[in-house]
Amino acid sequence: MPFDTQRIGELAGLMRNPGELARHTRRNIEFWASLLILGWAIAFMFWQGAGFAVIIGTVFAIWAILSVSLNLVVGFTGLLSVGHIGFFGIGAYTMAILTSDPAYEQLRTEAIPTFGWPFFAVLPICAVLAGLAAILVGVVFNRFRDDIFVLASFGFAIIAFNVFLNLRPVTRGAFGIHEIARPQVGGWYFDGELEFLLLCLVFLAVVMLISWFIVSSSFGRVLTAIREDEQAIEVFGYRATQYKLAVWVISAMMAGIAGGLFASWTTFIDPNSFILLESVLLVSIVILGGLATIWGSLLGAMAFVLLEEGMRFIPFLPTEYIGQARQVVLGILLVLLMLFRPQGLVGRYRL
Amino acid sequence: MTSTRAGQQELALETREISKHFGAVRAVDELSLVIPRQGTTSIVGPNGSGKSTLVNLLSGVLPLDGGMVIIDGQGLRVVKAHETPDHGLTRTFQEVRLFDQITVWDNIMVVLTERRLFPSLFERAKPSTRQKAQAILEQVGMWDKRDSLAQDLSYGQRKLVEIGRALAMNVNTYLMDEPFAGLFPQMIERVKDIMKQMRADGHTIVFISHNMEIVRELSDRIIVLDSGTLLAAGEVEPVLNSEEVIEAYLGA
Repeated sequence: MPFDTQRIGELAGLMRNPGELARHTRRNIEFWASLLILGWAIAFMFWQGAGFAVIIGTVFAIWAILSVSLNLVVGFTGLLSVGHIGFFGIGAYTMAILTSDPAYEQLRTEAIPTFGWPFFAVLPICAVLAGLAAILVGVVFNRFRDDIFVLASFGFAIIAFNVFLNLRPVTRGAFGIHEIARPQVGGWYFDGELEFLLLCLVFLAVVMLISWFIVSSSFGRVLTAIREDEQAIEVFGYRATQYKLAVWVISAMMAGIAGGLFASWTTFIDPNSFILLESVLLVSIVILGGLATIWGSLLGAMAFVLLEEGMRFIPFLPTEYIGQARQVVLGILLVLLMLFRPQGLVGRYRL
Repeated sequence: MTSTRAGQQELALETREISKHFGAVRAVDELSLVIPRQGTTSIVGPNGSGKSTLVNLLSGVLPLDGGMVIIDGQGLRVVKAHETPDHGLTRTFQEVRLFDQITVWDNIMVVLTERRLFPSLFERAKPSTRQKAQAILEQVGMWDKRDSLAQDLSYGQRKLVEIGRALAMNVNTYLMDEPFAGLFPQMIERVKDIMKQMRADGHTIVFISHNMEIVRELSDRIIVLDSGTLLAAGEVEPVLNSEEVIEAYLGA
């Protein structure tokens, strides 16, 4: 529970007793993990300056939308999906194609259909198309559970990637789509990176709010019961498949929004942004942060982005090794985390 | 599929030649039996006689291979698990199946809330629902443990929470798969008291047990299964003293 009143009361009580507070916090890994990562983020901002911090912030916001939405499926409902990146890709391609400018696209080889619609008209369509795809996939996936579900979602990630790569009349395949429009309202453009960061943060806040609304409702409690024992919850009158499908579609729609934001932000997408590795990293973020906690997914995304970007500046490492070193360090950290804290930074549950 | 027959109101449950095969094993073999409304019926039989399979078939956890189940006068060839509460039926499991990584409180609350998908999104715990959950937890003596995760409880406590969860369903008929197995005497007394209270409240209880003392104490009727078929059914003492039952149990 993100807003646990009893816990807040407990903490308020501790505040009045400094010695007890110190003892309490020393034991409280969650608190220190949160503090460490937030402190790290702030230090990083001062170190790298505002310009770079804004860019990193945007990357963080997009990863955070993805991880918070995936946590609904993986953490709360217990469906370990490694196919989430597919919905992200659907959102991104929807944004790229529907906003593309006919005048510009005609100059390029392999014309794709152009629409030139405005960003804010397309963003809901990103969510809707990702949601429709999720319904199609979910109806089939509802038959699977546990390890078979993982394999099926793996299949979905691969299919999605290959569609992006080979549906060339629509996606222009490996060439990718360039010059994707930035948002515009009337005469006001979101040209600046800061404006775009704020836009992403607003959507992150909305996604977190919706997630919190879901998991704190009766619906959310049923999701956790499905995670624990799907057959048992059926006996008590719930149709688990309906709940699973519903949360799957909601989560995919959020990923679609993230995809739309991502395409518009980078202004260039190609299928390489939507490979399986990204999906696996996303699952790692969710587990790293903690299953079934919204705050954990936020922290996980923050830690991941700081690691990824922070290691760019390791002084003693030759530049040609930095890319690989990042992956290795990330891998080692994940293994260590699973060894010593399998429930993630702030989580309480295990897969 | 609904059949209306005279006298159905007296029956909570009826099976007509129901079967369940696992490969070559006939766990339940064309079994027909009736369970009257109200009172306590016990199901006994040697290991592998099909008791648990029968309960799983009645609650829709396993699909029927053949035959028909009549619940509340409604004939069903397919029992859907999620529809059993609508038929006034709920159950407990032999190996306790709580929702392990959520709290005891949520384990009870989850069966008290809205069943329709969309409205459940907008439902927060209502005071009346909370009161019900509290009453249930107090009834089974688990109110102090409400904030513990179900997986952190002892075996006996888990059994009590599971019984509480079934009670929270507030239906007519309760199927209880070995509610006394693995409990120490003090807990057994507690479960007995709860079941007596349920009976006094006019519920129908069907329970599986190997403990003949408890069976004699609690049951109004008894059903004896052997190799998936009905060996005997009726009043407790005559059935338990009949020759075929003694033979099946002693393996003479």
